Amino acid sequence: MERVNLSRELLHAPEVSRELKEHYGIDITRCYQCGKCSAGCPVSFAMDYMPRQIIRLLQLGMKEQALRSKTIWLCAFCDTCSTRCPREVDIHGVMEILRLEAKARGYITHKHNNIFHGIFLQLVKRLGRVHEGGLIVLFNFLSLQPFKDVLYGLPLFLKGKLHILPELVRDRGEVKKIFKRARSEGGVSK
Amino acid sequence: MKLAYYPGCSLSSTGIEFGMSAPVLAKALGLELWEIPEWNCCGSSSAHVTDHNLALALPARNLAIAEEAGLDVVVPCAACYARLKAAEAAVRSSRRTKEEIEKIIDRKYEAKITVRSLLDIIYTEIGPAKIREKVLRPLEGLRVAAYYGCLLVRPPKVAQFEDPENPVSMDRLLSAAGAEPVDWGYKTECCGGGHPTISPEFGLKILKPIYEEARYAGADCFVTACPMCFTNLDMRQKEVGKQHGTVYNLPVFYITELLGLALGFEARELGINRHLVNALPLLKHKGLLHPVKGGRE
Repeated sequence: MERVNLSRELLHAPEVSRELKEHYGIDITRCYQCGKCSAGCPVSFAMDYMPRQIIRLLQLGMKEQALRSKTIWLCAFCDTCSTRCPREVDIHGVMEILRLEAKARGYITHKHNNIFHGIFLQLVKRLGRVHEGGLIVLFNFLSLQPFKDVLYGLPLFLKGKLHILPELVRDRGEVKKIFKRARSEGGVSK
Repeated sequence: MKLAYYPGCSLSSTGIEFGMSAPVLAKALGLELWEIPEWNCCGSSSAHVTDHNLALALPARNLAIAEEAGLDVVVPCAACYARLKAAEAAVRSSRRTKEEIEKIIDRKYEAKITVRSLLDIIYTEIGPAKIREKVLRPLEGLRVAAYYGCLLVRPPKVAQFEDPENPVSMDRLLSAAGAEPVDWGYKTECCGGGHPTISPEFGLKILKPIYEEARYAGADCFVTACPMCFTNLDMRQKEVGKQHGTVYNLPVFYITELLGLALGFEARELGINRHLVNALPLLKHKGLLHPVKGGRE
């Protein structure tokens, strides 16, 4: 394994550090790897890199590796990491930025996650609101697990918690236009 | 106090109990709710992890409509609250963002109004003392684990009304209603959000310690103010219990259901009969289902 001189790397601040600081005001060079973010992370047990390791990869300029990690798709965006960071590094923000870039580049390390959020937004675009019943049915089919959670269907329906027909916003054109304009504004910019 | 009301999509489906109990309680507490006409989905986590502009513009459209009416916005759902609040903060902090967002939604929005969670309004504007005065059916003997989750308390710069590590608003309101909040360590642990649905193979593992801790602390039930937390806790209990060879039987309540019950409303009109973990036997056992003298309209 190649030896890396950390202080030299940090001094010369790889491009990704500069980018994060200039565009988003997040200074990852402040992170001294205490690990508090990772200790509190509710999903860390399923990640390939701990949140602090993602920050370390970036400190070393190894952005590609971070972009291809599972971690950025598993982050629950609960903000425990950023809230507890003693150095005020917005780790949650970093995850979000990496996730958007990974998606834009087609690095999708968690397909189901990508499918779910894609369907969700399609429903919002078309209906103005989310139809939860439709969301689950479509998700199960498109993720090729048609019977997932099927036992919950009837009880939820009987309790009035799943509706067959969606609730619509009357003027859906307005929401559709928001989707169109948001995308044309660049989409991933902050 | 008149407020613009943003219910959010869940409150008519998986979060129906919240959708029923929030307006009932609000009215009893003297809050006048004006539902934002033609409101749209806030985009939830899906917009947030997909497209930054969309994540701000979808909530901003709702806020723009409320701003036209000159009303602050109250949001029961913790997840919607977080998204609406983030849009408010973004527009307030940067002129450029404001202009971009206004262009996208094709409406004027200057973030002159404030977004608040329903819990914040009940705790800060009404307060435990007022609740205590109005209690007709004290929740005596009910040991509750107040579960705040992430989005009501974090990020602290956005959700400012509570402590991000040790929030107390629900505990104090429930005490005022006669219940006994337990001291436990998982108040603000994340429930996994979409993970239990999207990736049950690890999503369910996030839930287990939450059930375990609440039971260990001696709680009879959970209380939340978030439809996502509620659904995860309520729907997955049996499944997680089965995986670990145990039975969890802790009903989950919305804070508005329990406060409504304490104020004398009937379980049915608050939606308490619709939970997956049946909550009625517990309430019956604690003597909390009897009609109240004088009654409520």
